[in-house]
Amino acid sequence: MSKTEGRGTGALSREVFDHLVELAALALEVEEAAYLLREMNGQLEAIRELEAIEVDEGVPITSHGVPYREAIRPPLREDEIQACDEAEDILEQAPELEDRYVVVPDIPHTELE
Amino acid sequence: MSQALCDLPAHLLMHRLRRGEITAVEILEATLARIEAVEGHPPSSEPYTPSPEDRQKVHAYLTLTAERARAQAESVDRALAAGEDPGPLAGVPLAVKDLFCVRGTPSTAGSRILERFIAPYSATPVARLEAAGAITVGKTNLDEFAFGSSNEATAYFPSPGNPWDPKRVPGGSSGGSAAAVAAGEATISLGTDTAGSIRQPAAFCGVVGLKPTYGRVSRYGLIAFASSLDCPGPIARDVRDAALMLKVIAGADHHDATAAEAPVQDYLAGLEQGVKGLRIGLSPDYYRLKYPEQGSGELREQPIGKEIEAAALRAADALADAGAEIVEDVPLPNTHYGIPAYFVISRVEAASNLHRYDGVKYGYRYEGTVADLFELYRKTRGRGFGPQVKLRILMGMYVSAEQYEKGYYEKALRVRTVIRRDFEAAFDPGGPYRLDCLLTPTTPTTAFELGAVYGDSVLMQYADLLTVPANHAGIPGLSIPAGLDSNDLPIGVQFLGPDFSEGLLLRVGRAYELATEGEAWRSVRPRVLEGV
Repeated sequence: MSKTEGRGTGALSREVFDHLVELAALALEVEEAAYLLREMNGQLEAIRELEAIEVDEGVPITSHGVPYREAIRPPLREDEIQACDEAEDILEQAPELEDRYVVVPDIPHTELE
Repeated sequence: MSQALCDLPAHLLMHRLRRGEITAVEILEATLARIEAVEGHPPSSEPYTPSPEDRQKVHAYLTLTAERARAQAESVDRALAAGEDPGPLAGVPLAVKDLFCVRGTPSTAGSRILERFIAPYSATPVARLEAAGAITVGKTNLDEFAFGSSNEATAYFPSPGNPWDPKRVPGGSSGGSAAAVAAGEATISLGTDTAGSIRQPAAFCGVVGLKPTYGRVSRYGLIAFASSLDCPGPIARDVRDAALMLKVIAGADHHDATAAEAPVQDYLAGLEQGVKGLRIGLSPDYYRLKYPEQGSGELREQPIGKEIEAAALRAADALADAGAEIVEDVPLPNTHYGIPAYFVISRVEAASNLHRYDGVKYGYRYEGTVADLFELYRKTRGRGFGPQVKLRILMGMYVSAEQYEKGYYEKALRVRTVIRRDFEAAFDPGGPYRLDCLLTPTTPTTAFELGAVYGDSVLMQYADLLTVPANHAGIPGLSIPAGLDSNDLPIGVQFLGPDFSEGLLLRVGRAYELATEGEAWRSVRPRVLEGV
């Protein structure tokens, strides 16, 4: 992971990085955090290429490439109940189960203001 | 020995199977014997020390499902004996990229966080292949959640080696899939392509890879990476097998609202029609590339490798000789914005898709003591995800966060529009180019050595430079082998066409196969098969 070590520190501050790590719910090792911050700054430099391209304000966004014309757009499904035959198989995937309830540690409570 | 059953394409296997010359069980046993000979020890998520022996083997599979496969093969043989139709892919050994759920099998996405996950249902394309008689031999290795272009970003080591030189990468993210097909460890494979993940490994391993039009193949049961770009598709030995496979997996699916209702063509019917009168375009924007210099990381315009350029131009000559009209200098000026736009769009979508992994409902959960649920989330995700996954989550959150994003996400989506417009102009029947398809190299380089790029996440992303524009635009792309370089490593070229033009791309690919049938490189076999 040391290939990019010599590269510039870039725009992303440690403070912003730590905030993102908190939001992403990731516990990181010290060395790993340094690698991730460095690579994020490298990627941001590549992304800045986008600033060079002049795109007219009138150009619409594309959220997926293929336009879903009426003829190929699947119709909405009827809103009807369908039985799930795999309920037990799905429940069995839970790391900890008690009487078909998924067990988790304490959920911290926050008082709403 | 080159005609071992496991080295034959699916259409020849089925021909012999239906004539009663061979059985599905014999095909399967030949494939399992090949796996035994070339695969090496199975990958694991335990700490890994590389060994020289590992670099002589393929390591394509994460899970083998031999018993399940035997039961399927026996049922195909029973159907044949009873005079029933066992389906259009009867008895064909299939490797499934471990990004697809297959009922009752571990479905890991190449990640520790799904290590204990047993899929309770099968993905639509897998279910359709099995219903057509294909025999699922196992699940193949991949870059974790498909995040990579070398298969080294998996949580399970040894990562796959390229059958042509196992010290080199097979490409990614469908690396195990392409390697398995190249080495005779499966006849066909189901992969996915988000930025090139079918076409790039197919090119590196000397096999055929087809990224269908977005929406052509259902994503139901596919573990999501970037939902607006992900396309399941075939990896095969030849164009006819890819056509057979696409015909089975394509089509509407009420489980996936993005699976298009467009009718599925008979991709085999027009396969031999040739290219006479077709207009095939070449674009200079696929030969002058801007990508980071290794070491400094500075973006520089660099010409594509001479051997790759020569292979693509030779392919154009062969197609011209077969009757196609080659149209040069087609401008696709926004091609090189594909990677910067992809850095934004794919990360935002990936981060969103990865929030669901929390150690609560399924998969890995941190084993130690935790103070509360939030600590369980942090510890589970911290240990369950590898570095490339964390990088994508953090990057996706950064470029989509209102307080930080500087308009990058919206800009990237507009850039996506101009990339699509480049293609629309090239294919426009009333425009100056009126192309039926484009011919380009699939990759900027042939297979690179293990460890040569991994870790540099920017340079690695640029391996997809020539494949990602089709994902932004949603259009189909077919990569086929087009020769070997001076190190005997496969070179791939790709055909890109308008929405739902898979039939035409397959027809052009088949014409190229016929035109080059007698060329010497076609009889060279992957190095890993020497002495097998």
